[in-house]
Amino acid sequence: MAHVASHPPVPAQKTGLFAHTELTYLVAFLIIGVVAPYVLYPIFVMKVLCFALFACAYNLIFGYVGLLAFGHAAFFGAAAYVTAHSAKFWGITPEIAILAGTAVATVLGAAIGWLAIRRQGLYFAMITLALAQIVYFYALQAPWTHGEDGIQSVPRGKLFGFIDLNDMMSMYFFVLAVFLIGFAIVHRTIRSPFGQVLKSIRDNEPRALSLGYDTDRYKLMAFTLSAGLSGLAGGTKAIVFQLASLTDVFLFTSADVLLMVLIGGIGTILGPVVGAVTLVTMQNYLAGAGSWVLIIQGAIFVAFILMLRKGIVGTWLEYRETRRRRHVEAAKKAK
Amino acid sequence: MFEIFGLSSTALFGQLLIGLINGAFYAMMSLGVAIIFGMLRIANFVHGAQYMLGAFCAWFLLNLPVLFPGSGLPEIGYWPSLIIAPIVVGVVGIVTEKLFISKVYDLEHAYGVLLTLGLALVIEGLFHVKFGSAGQPYGIPPSLQGGQNLGFMFLPNYRAWVIVASIVICFGTWYSIERTKLGAYLRAATENPVLVQAFGINVPRMLTLTYALGVGLAGLAGVMAAPIYQVSPQMGQSIIIVIFAVVVIGGMGSIFGSIVSGFMLGLIEGLTKVFYPQGSSTVIFVIMAIVLLAKPAGLFGKT
Repeated sequence: MAHVASHPPVPAQKTGLFAHTELTYLVAFLIIGVVAPYVLYPIFVMKVLCFALFACAYNLIFGYVGLLAFGHAAFFGAAAYVTAHSAKFWGITPEIAILAGTAVATVLGAAIGWLAIRRQGLYFAMITLALAQIVYFYALQAPWTHGEDGIQSVPRGKLFGFIDLNDMMSMYFFVLAVFLIGFAIVHRTIRSPFGQVLKSIRDNEPRALSLGYDTDRYKLMAFTLSAGLSGLAGGTKAIVFQLASLTDVFLFTSADVLLMVLIGGIGTILGPVVGAVTLVTMQNYLAGAGSWVLIIQGAIFVAFILMLRKGIVGTWLEYRETRRRRHVEAAKKAK
Repeated sequence: MFEIFGLSSTALFGQLLIGLINGAFYAMMSLGVAIIFGMLRIANFVHGAQYMLGAFCAWFLLNLPVLFPGSGLPEIGYWPSLIIAPIVVGVVGIVTEKLFISKVYDLEHAYGVLLTLGLALVIEGLFHVKFGSAGQPYGIPPSLQGGQNLGFMFLPNYRAWVIVASIVICFGTWYSIERTKLGAYLRAATENPVLVQAFGINVPRMLTLTYALGVGLAGLAGVMAAPIYQVSPQMGQSIIIVIFAVVVIGGMGSIFGSIVSGFMLGLIEGLTKVFYPQGSSTVIFVIMAIVLLAKPAGLFGKT
């Protein structure tokens, strides 16, 4: 599959474990993240952070490998259920519960990915969609997921056994830490040689194949990583809201995360975060509007596809790039 | 009445009949999706919403005097609806294609999926705002009420009609695409649009008409479904994912494959309902996974 989004040329990057831009982003997020709960409602910011991580994980497969996966709710939701169940009934600490959820999502991702990467493009979308539906119906029918009720009043518990997460600020900073770790992993992956291979598969798979890369293996690894990180987001969400429900595994959650990445900018580093902030804020304001939320979301889909395909961040990067070029040319003429 | 595997024949054949009916709708719907995918390379996510539009169109026509009292509009029944609704839905399809879908032909496939998904959300959401989630009843037409006692089971006339009609519709569509001149143009236009255009054939118009045809089939299926399932805004939402799975199993773009797998999977789903009810909602997806392992191109697809 050829590239999904046009992507601005990557500026020369510093080598080393953390590239220059990466640290900048992390520090910026840390500062914003520390200030945010004192300005905004902490629960709201935590929701944004969980979905931002989910969107970053999704962007890894959709934006950087160019595979339109349509069933990421399965990973998000499965991890939410496993985390909620293990935290509630096994009496384990929240971080272990989240890790258990993440592990299940990773295994599920490996299985679904293994099946789905046999086909490309639209087939890939339909296959992931259908396989995610199996997970949805399983959650609907299995006794331990409690059908329509979901797993409610999940205890937040004590982080590492001694930090009480019922304290709002402890919970908040834990979620912020999870998000920053997840974001760093995604960013690091994209900037690594492995990430370069992923991008080459997106841009020209036959050529990557002819260069000797086992593209299927790379795709599967990226898909599994993306699923695992989606699980991390889902598990964390289950602890924050003390709830795992059918909404988490439903098709609309897969559509939500897709829309976040689309709004923000497919295949950009900041895009998913911007998209998550935008969509969660919108959903929050429109919570009382019932069905209108879906109509507005559908309209946003259509509008962005027809007019703003590069998303908010993608368009901004493009604008900056053209302005930079113009400056360079002007400077050349001046000489 | 007799027993098979400890089940009464009425129960078994009753479920098989439901499976066959579902299969008839799967076949008609996946046929449309397969045609649109084959010719336009668009995974038509709006198909479920268009099926719902067909059903609602029939409901509107039947309830004209109630909806617009005093306007003197007549009640338009099932049989005229069977013609009018697909045309209305087809025209809506033409407008949709011109305004939205034609804009993404040159783009990556992903954008087509997202665009049609957005359109489906808007259409279904609007109907949900207007009608809520409760279904609207739509009676079986008087001429098809009652049924036949076949000895081993009771066959309602309307269901028999749906099965026969869908087979005729599916065969007719297959024939017109695979065996007529217009169908040959269509197939040629997908193979090599530039060359076909050079022969003086208006390819963009053909694409529009193809979309209208596929969508019209969804509208027709919607009218036929109205007396069986309730007419509700969500009726297309769950079916569309099953349809996609059916199309993958049949081999995407294979018209014959989508018809055969539609009926077959409906029957398998009905059988599962008898022997392992918990698995009935997932059996099609599981079969899809198995088919992908054994034959990645689908049962009737070309690799």
